[in-house]
Amino acid sequence: MYSHGSESLIKQAREIQESELQKFYSRLTKLLQVKDHGHETVDSLERLRLILSATKYTRTLPPELQKRLLSLLSSPVEQLQVLSSAVLRETLPHPGQAENYGQDSNSQLNSHTAALLLSQAASRDDLSALCTQLLRSLECRSSEGSIHSLSHTLPVVNTILTYSPESLTEENITLLNKKLVDWLRYASTTQGCGASSGGFFTGSRSRQPLPIAELDGTVSGDFFTVLCVGQGFTEDQWMNVYAFSMLRHWLLTFHSVSGGAIADTANRLQLSLSLSHSFSNDDRSEVDGSVVSMVSATSTSSRLLPPKERLREKAFQYCQRLIEQCDRKAQRKIDTDLQKACLVEAVCILDCVCLEDASFVYRVFPCIKALFGRLSSDLSFARVLLPVAQFYLNHGEMAAVDCDSLWNLVFARFPAELFNDPYLAHELLRFLRLNLENVQLRVPQYIRHFPNLFKFLAWESPAVVDDFVDLLPSMVTSGNALELLHTLLDLPCLSATLVLQLRSMCLPISDSGGRGLPSMDAFRNPSFRALFLFLLRSEAGSGDTIDRLGTLLDLLSETANWPRVVQCAQTVPILLHIFFNTVITVADKTLLGQVILVMLERSSLLLNIPKYTTEVHRVFSRQLMRLCKLHPSLVIDQSHELLEFAGATPNVYSKQEIYTHVVLVLGNYLSVSYDSRCSVRLITSCFETLEAVLFEITSSSPPPGAGCPAPRVITSLISALAKLASRSHDLIPRVSLFLSKLRNVSRGGSVPWCDDEEDLVSIVTLGEELCALLKTPGVAQSVLNPPPHVTAPQWHQDTNVALPLQLRALTRITQAHTSHAKSQHTPTSPSPYTSK
Amino acid sequence: MVLAFVIHTVCPIGALSSGECRVLYSRVFGADEALFRGEQQQQQQRLDAGERRLLAAEKIAVVARQVQSAVSLRREASGRPPGETPPGEEALALQEADGGVLRLRDGDPFWREVSAFWLAVNSLALVLLCEPHENPMLAEATLRNLAGRCLDRLHMLAPGSEVTRKPEATLGASF
Repeated sequence: MYSHGSESLIKQAREIQESELQKFYSRLTKLLQVKDHGHETVDSLERLRLILSATKYTRTLPPELQKRLLSLLSSPVEQLQVLSSAVLRETLPHPGQAENYGQDSNSQLNSHTAALLLSQAASRDDLSALCTQLLRSLECRSSEGSIHSLSHTLPVVNTILTYSPESLTEENITLLNKKLVDWLRYASTTQGCGASSGGFFTGSRSRQPLPIAELDGTVSGDFFTVLCVGQGFTEDQWMNVYAFSMLRHWLLTFHSVSGGAIADTANRLQLSLSLSHSFSNDDRSEVDGSVVSMVSATSTSSRLLPPKERLREKAFQYCQRLIEQCDRKAQRKIDTDLQKACLVEAVCILDCVCLEDASFVYRVFPCIKALFGRLSSDLSFARVLLPVAQFYLNHGEMAAVDCDSLWNLVFARFPAELFNDPYLAHELLRFLRLNLENVQLRVPQYIRHFPNLFKFLAWESPAVVDDFVDLLPSMVTSGNALELLHTLLDLPCLSATLVLQLRSMCLPISDSGGRGLPSMDAFRNPSFRALFLFLLRSEAGSGDTIDRLGTLLDLLSETANWPRVVQCAQTVPILLHIFFNTVITVADKTLLGQVILVMLERSSLLLNIPKYTTEVHRVFSRQLMRLCKLHPSLVIDQSHELLEFAGATPNVYSKQEIYTHVVLVLGNYLSVSYDSRCSVRLITSCFETLEAVLFEITSSSPPPGAGCPAPRVITSLISALAKLASRSHDLIPRVSLFLSKLRNVSRGGSVPWCDDEEDLVSIVTLGEELCALLKTPGVAQSVLNPPPHVTAPQWHQDTNVALPLQLRALTRITQAHTSHAKSQHTPTSPSPYTSK
Repeated sequence: MVLAFVIHTVCPIGALSSGECRVLYSRVFGADEALFRGEQQQQQQRLDAGERRLLAAEKIAVVARQVQSAVSLRREASGRPPGETPPGEEALALQEADGGVLRLRDGDPFWREVSAFWLAVNSLALVLLCEPHENPMLAEATLRNLAGRCLDRLHMLAPGSEVTRKPEATLGASF
């Protein structure tokens, strides 16, 4: 598909020599001087476009060629308009060019010229000027009936809405409001005839124009909409389509806050942005307030509604008609898809209208509710139901409607059955992100069904992990923290299970041939059903985890190298960090203690994906340190389990990282200064546990299969023992004895428990230093148990301590000056800065 | 509103390192978004038109790389390597095409958040960049429509190079 041919073409275009390029320019200029432009001109223009776009650095065309190209913009042949616009977009405009063009009031803008002007617009003023020109042509047209097409108008207005809505003056807005109403509601209802050949005897004039039809073939009985079909379309019908395409954007941008007049720029922009990103309670109350003032202001004015209100009314009628049209059975599949897209758009527009004017809610809701009733049982309409959900969220309370069936559908059924639809995943997660506050407040199903939502993540992690990074903090509560932690750790298992579930549905039950996967057999085996069903549960609350988790992990062990599972596993560490960041804020000490227990328990219960275990252990280690630093008394609370973990020698080899940190926290925080419950007995029992392990690992070779223990484990054990001994001085002799034995053993040369000579030297040196330190117990106690203000230095806040920083900074500055001065002055002259 | 349409490669190219891709066609609609960003406007207007164009091209390249990454992850996960559909089987190629949508956060690389709808057909990907509030069903359908047109008129399944040589003549009028 992508061949060497394409690659070499691009290379050629990039590396074209300047002389050849100039020759090409002059040849093309000559071609363009001729009146008729044939195939060669088109080819040359296309080649010029390629040359210009193949490089990132912009070229300037010779003025004569540029002039020719500009005149091509109004060529009757559309292909030439397209190509000249494309070429000019890739070059720099000559100064004064845009102004020249803009001032030429005889030239009508076509869509390609408009596109060029837009791309060259360098400021809001340029956009304003373009807008004025456009709208002038709109106004002129209504009086003169010009033959030029207006089809480029609304796309340009759409662009201006995106980039610079302030360019539109109040008159512009009023004019557009009126025009939109005309186009939406009063487009002709007869089919446009196809291009007339103009022949004398065609007889097309004698034929009556046919009325427009609906998608199911019946004759249309109401006004024209995007879902009406015909052989050809008239100009105003095209404008109807464009107007509808732009309507939502228009309503979003000019959502009225203060009555009537345009509020100041910053406010409006801010509001339009915030509206398009979140329809929160705050915005609604602002709207409600403003609506009241607007109604009272206009009630005594003209009987006709002002343009903006008229547009709202017509938009409502249009959308209502669309929804009715979508109930018809379309003849072609592509039209069914179009119906769904129109439903989405219509519901969104109705939502906008209701947000602007709350009195519409009572008229709109029955329509939306009926739509929900019609579509809720058909999963192929799931994506259409998300805007319906948005509507319910915004207005359900006002209409006093029970939304439970909707939320159960969205949270219980959609993720369970449609987890592999990437578009639904994106849209549902986006809906949650934009309405997070509201959803948390009013939709209990959100948190209750978190296991279901994770199915999106487990299926296609790379695409949705970004959304989960935003959503996860809102899912963590003190009630579900433990279950959530287990669920996060089980995500790779969930991923594997979903794959098995889908495959199981596709493959016949009796899949003979002996190629059955063991995991698939296990999935279909009734005795293991409950395990998989736990992973596939849609609601939280039925238990944090299962007893037979180990069995489940064994059953799924072969899935550890499936790409989907591996991708999922890669996202877990970051989600764990987010989880811990949040859980610290919502959990009390008891819960945090339980979290520590879960960490210890699960450190050996993870799906055996090569880097997964290491990464999770790393997260656990860091978070363990963090939790214990935050609440040191947790170490006393969980001392039993921590000691049990620390006392199991196999942990030294299989979970080095966590083991090291468990020993660290024991050494640091098992102290009376952190918790008065810390008794001498506890310290002694901890000491004995650690001593036993250290003795075991340093007196023999590592067990077969395990490498030597990491030196860091040994040093942390030694440090912990020293720290504990410094708190209970009876233990000091034992430590000293042990460390001297260690020194003696290592004098003999190599030891079975340490490969590297340098590491061994470091370990022994540490031992000696600690031994020496412990000879003076009082000093040892303060050195090994530093008070908090030493371990949490406040360099910038503590003036006593900041002095080293000041000195260091000064030294660096003077040294920099000196070397700078030396390089400037001759070597013999003394530098002014080196004195004093 | 649609902000851009891009066609780029998703297959390994000898001349480039892995992870890089070649943008074959890109069409940005509307104005240069960097100019209308409010407080950033002052900074951006100090760049001249050529520098702004360069910046815009770089942003498109970033998007293309992100989409390429998404496509290869998707293909890896689904276990379906990109096949080579023979020319003439455009409808089949379109049916088997992988599609998805990426969220590009504000600042990465555009000032505002954008949604990138992508469709990967064999070794090429077509991308439609839209504002986040855009109708997603419509965007997806439009992209498929455009892809069908590209496949047919540019003979993208054939080993030729029309997608590089002639996209504007074929597609320009569609926009």
